[in-house]
Amino acid sequence: MPITEKEVREIAQLARISIADKDICSYEDQLNKILAFVDEMKAVETEGITPLAHPLEETQKLRNDKVSEKNQRESYQSVAPTTENGLYLVPQVIE
Amino acid sequence: MNLPNSVTEIIQGLENGTFSSQELTKAYLNRIDNLDPEINSFITVCHERALLDAKNADRSRSNGSANKLTGVPYANKDIFCTKGVRTTSGSKMLDTFISPYDATIVERLGSQGMVMLGKTNMDEFAMGSSNETSFYGQVNNPWNTNCVPGGSSGGSAAAVSAGFTPVATGSDTGGSIRQPAAFCGISGLKPTYGRVSRYGMIAFASSLDQAGPMGRSVEDLAHLLSPMAGYDPKDSTSSMVKTEDYSGNLEDALKGKTIGLPKEYFSTSLDRQVEGVIEEAIKEFEKLGANIVEISLPTTSLSIPAYYVISSAECSSNLSRYDGVRYGHRCELPIDIEDLYKRTRSEGFGEEVKRRLLTGTYVLSSGYYDAYYRKAQQIRRLIKDDFANAFTQVDAVISPTAPTTAFETGKHLDNPVEMYLGDCFTVASNLAGLPALSIPAGFVGGMPVGLQLIGSYFQESKLLTLGHMFQKSTGWHQHFSRDDSEGTQ
Repeated sequence: MPITEKEVREIAQLARISIADKDICSYEDQLNKILAFVDEMKAVETEGITPLAHPLEETQKLRNDKVSEKNQRESYQSVAPTTENGLYLVPQVIE
Repeated sequence: MNLPNSVTEIIQGLENGTFSSQELTKAYLNRIDNLDPEINSFITVCHERALLDAKNADRSRSNGSANKLTGVPYANKDIFCTKGVRTTSGSKMLDTFISPYDATIVERLGSQGMVMLGKTNMDEFAMGSSNETSFYGQVNNPWNTNCVPGGSSGGSAAAVSAGFTPVATGSDTGGSIRQPAAFCGISGLKPTYGRVSRYGMIAFASSLDQAGPMGRSVEDLAHLLSPMAGYDPKDSTSSMVKTEDYSGNLEDALKGKTIGLPKEYFSTSLDRQVEGVIEEAIKEFEKLGANIVEISLPTTSLSIPAYYVISSAECSSNLSRYDGVRYGHRCELPIDIEDLYKRTRSEGFGEEVKRRLLTGTYVLSSGYYDAYYRKAQQIRRLIKDDFANAFTQVDAVISPTAPTTAFETGKHLDNPVEMYLGDCFTVASNLAGLPALSIPAGFVGGMPVGLQLIGSYFQESKLLTLGHMFQKSTGWHQHFSRDDSEGTQ
């Protein structure tokens, strides 16, 4: 079932990407091409096969919960667009 | 000066005092300055830092504290974080990002005393097979500047091929080391998933991404892999399996080795002349004593669809971090937080990245997850099982690296699916997590053809041996796209 213009807008909202009205059709067309091509997967029976998420099927390694890094707030915030008193600044969220 | 042709020659030259690291570094920097405008393989060249590192390397040599690789120049793909040096991942999003820390491999190569010449161009966030999606402009293939160098590590491949650096690092999510290596006539290795630390490597698809070496010969790949490989406590997916002496095990007879030829790989999409080159290479392996057997990898045709679902899903999650708050691009005067996110991301990401973010968001969205993402992961297991079955009979699987030689710039830009289909031989080893090597095997119409060898888990040494013995007997890797004395003054 092809993806619709409305769905393209919904996905773009989920991905927090704004798309100009004039470009919606071209995204719709290209996404449909990509989805038609990945639909080849449907031809294969995969009932009962456990999905593979990690190629080596290793479990996550655990470590002791110890402080290993020193505080580098200044260095890490030096690349931030805007900060004040060690805090990141964003537009007001709560009235 | 005439640039040396290999890391091995450089090590000898530095040890014997034929040249100093400073002389060598200067020659490479000159060559980049003089010849790279035509190729565009570097995003950032580190003139001062490289010369300073070279000076320190020469000092270590003279006081006896040098390692084998001390003073050897190299380049990093701009996907690896380098402390104090701009790290862009080929994106406007990170145009002004100066990393506060080093990637583990950058730290490891630096602690060997290697000299970083600069950061190489790449497809934006490593998403692409042609190096045309970089914010910093396309890279041109040194063999024919009207053609693409491949991608996404196209800058590293072109820089090694043109002799701007002896070796370079790359990253490979679906073929991004091997395909550009093939298109530019050099060697490249994607190690086993987890063999090399991903810490400080800007994420694309975390269950597929793997860093690896690129160079003119397999011997040079081995030199670079040894310090790169090994467990890193900072990357929980890096493996604790012991590393090997990759340089020390290159010489070995191929008698008794079995190489599998997957019948599905020699299909209609494969260029006949490329197929001819690969057939000759197979005969060469037979001459060297290897047995060639036909094998079957029945899920081959499903690997590209499964790959594009999984890699897009993972990138849509990974790239959600670019929100204009902590680092990277931020839009001007956002009216509210939604506006900040949406305009920052729309301005900062290029077309191909947006396309993949939308695809990934769609396949992970409620109602479509089972049909796409879960299905792709089930197919991923079938692909892994196919290879596991093959490796009960063979030491390695042989194939072309790509179905064609380097194509003309712009050829596939309007049709992303056509571009994706070019990855048909490379993506399966990422899905299965297997190591795979690409080496030059000949030419078609003046453009290099790459041969791929896929090995079983952590069999990097075995692959490197197969590649090295092939290179010793054929010499295809000794065809260079540029004269080695040009532009060094």
